[in-house]
Amino acid sequence: MTRLWAASRLTYAALIAAGLLSIFPIYWMFVVASRSNDAMGQLPPPVTPGGNFGANVSRLLGNTDAYFVTGLINSAIVATTVTVSVVFFSTLAGFAFAKLRFRGRNALLMVIIATMMVPTQLGVIPLYMLMTKLNWNDRLPAVIVPALVTGFGVFMMRQYAGQAVSTELIEAARVDGCNTARIYWNVVLPALRPAAAVLGLLTFMTTWNDFLWPYAVLNDPENPTVQLALRTLSDGYYTDMSQVFTGTAIATLPLLLVFVLFGRQIIGGIMEGAVKA
Amino acid sequence: MTAQLDARPPVAPAPRTGRRPPGTRFSRLDTRFSPYLFIAPFFVLFAVFGVYPLIYTFWVSLHDWDLLGSDHPFVGLANYSQLLADADFWHAVVNTLGIFVISTVPQLLAALWLANLLNRQLRARTTFRMAVLIPNITSTAAVAIVFGVLFGREFGMINWLLDLVGVDAIEWKSNRFASWVAISAMVDWRWTGYNALIFLAAMQAIPRDLYEAAAIDGANRVRQFWSITVPLLKPTIIFTVIISTIGGLQLFTEPRLFHSGTNPIRGGTMRESQTVTMYMFENAFAPHYNFGYGSAVAWLLFALIAVVAAVNVLLLRRLGGAKPPKEDAKSKEGAR
Repeated sequence: MTRLWAASRLTYAALIAAGLLSIFPIYWMFVVASRSNDAMGQLPPPVTPGGNFGANVSRLLGNTDAYFVTGLINSAIVATTVTVSVVFFSTLAGFAFAKLRFRGRNALLMVIIATMMVPTQLGVIPLYMLMTKLNWNDRLPAVIVPALVTGFGVFMMRQYAGQAVSTELIEAARVDGCNTARIYWNVVLPALRPAAAVLGLLTFMTTWNDFLWPYAVLNDPENPTVQLALRTLSDGYYTDMSQVFTGTAIATLPLLLVFVLFGRQIIGGIMEGAVKA
Repeated sequence: MTAQLDARPPVAPAPRTGRRPPGTRFSRLDTRFSPYLFIAPFFVLFAVFGVYPLIYTFWVSLHDWDLLGSDHPFVGLANYSQLLADADFWHAVVNTLGIFVISTVPQLLAALWLANLLNRQLRARTTFRMAVLIPNITSTAAVAIVFGVLFGREFGMINWLLDLVGVDAIEWKSNRFASWVAISAMVDWRWTGYNALIFLAAMQAIPRDLYEAAAIDGANRVRQFWSITVPLLKPTIIFTVIISTIGGLQLFTEPRLFHSGTNPIRGGTMRESQTVTMYMFENAFAPHYNFGYGSAVAWLLFALIAVVAAVNVLLLRRLGGAKPPKEDAKSKEGAR
């Protein structure tokens, strides 16, 4: 492969500008979160952090109407459960589609791809009615169970399993008397680990950020996800923006942490998926 | 993708039976049914929580159905005819399409340009990629709240910056078009970097010698970009347009949280930026709980998404199909 074009200074300038534009709103969120409410009425708007973060956090945690801590705990439960489940079912089905032969495989794979194009959020009304019937309204299963599988996850794992899992190894394990479930656990899963990790990270972040469906089904203000707690704060406390911003900052912090630690892998996963799709 | 599928013979049980430990009925059942068992969880859960609700939405939309009423009489298409005459619905449709157009077009162009910049010999490659992707991983709700303040009328940073260059304060929340722009800015901030990485991945798959040949023919970088990069990226562009259409026409979180105070589900006091999904929520859930009417909104939105996606694909196909020969002739002319 020949060399790429060299980047000019102008390229760097433009990229740095794009990067700053991307980071600024997040940075500014932390600026307001660390200041007092006076910052909201200052012109020019302050762009350096203040020393009020601790006070804002304790005011936020002491706010008994926001249920922010409950929201954090709920979101952690929901996102973790959904992530484990999506990774498990996706690797299982991805393995089957990539490496096992069965009647209807191609047609069923097409169905999976098609499901990614279906705007399922338009089904919220019957889903809400279903949850009422199951008596899951206002309770976490309502947001966990519908999210336990994704077509995207199955497809991503299928693409990766096609190249990462050795067919010879599977055949060898079969000759040694392994059944398919054991092959999955001992041969396939270890080989899928890198891609499964990326899927897990993406799933965790998407679930943590999810707003529309929790907004529809978790109407009890005492049992929100963290995003719903932000909604409560934003709707009710717009006179106390430093508290609201402290909430947004804390809700964003876990995501930033994941991204700083695993950003390289996440980018790799997104770009690899793009080429194959 | 197909190469992998076709690499093996279709169905060949004969040679395989010899390899299997003989006589174990379990192992035969295992190879036969395990694949179905492994893919079943997806199909069962998706059928119950994905497909069924979507179809049942249509059934509900044919009824006068609300939360409290114990019976829900069949009313045929009455909800739809009421909806087609509902000014607030059409207002929301126009909002949604307006926000969609003024967010998606600049977003995809900016993403193409950004990808082109990233597709060079760069120092700190990963840092730049991470920087442009970071908006995408941030909580949408949090960002919507932050942008709501940045676009504040009196003390918002945007109006302050505009004031510095002599532009009068803009009513970002109560001016209809301005609120579309503000919400589009939010959407673009989130998705431009993500789409840039998708385009970048596709650009890296383009053979470099195509560019070298073009350079020898005298095509400059701008021309190379429009005559080689963009046509070869067409499948990826179509893919991102479809995804943007599906997501953009269902826009909800950004406009919902851009507004605060009383009744934010209306997207401003005069419904300045209420999207169709917000209108569906307003009718189907609090305060009205009219499931039938809300379901009709959902199905019309579904139809709208299908139509807009189809139109986009047709437009892009035609554009891409007609472009290369024309550009080719032009570039040759320009080169001589």
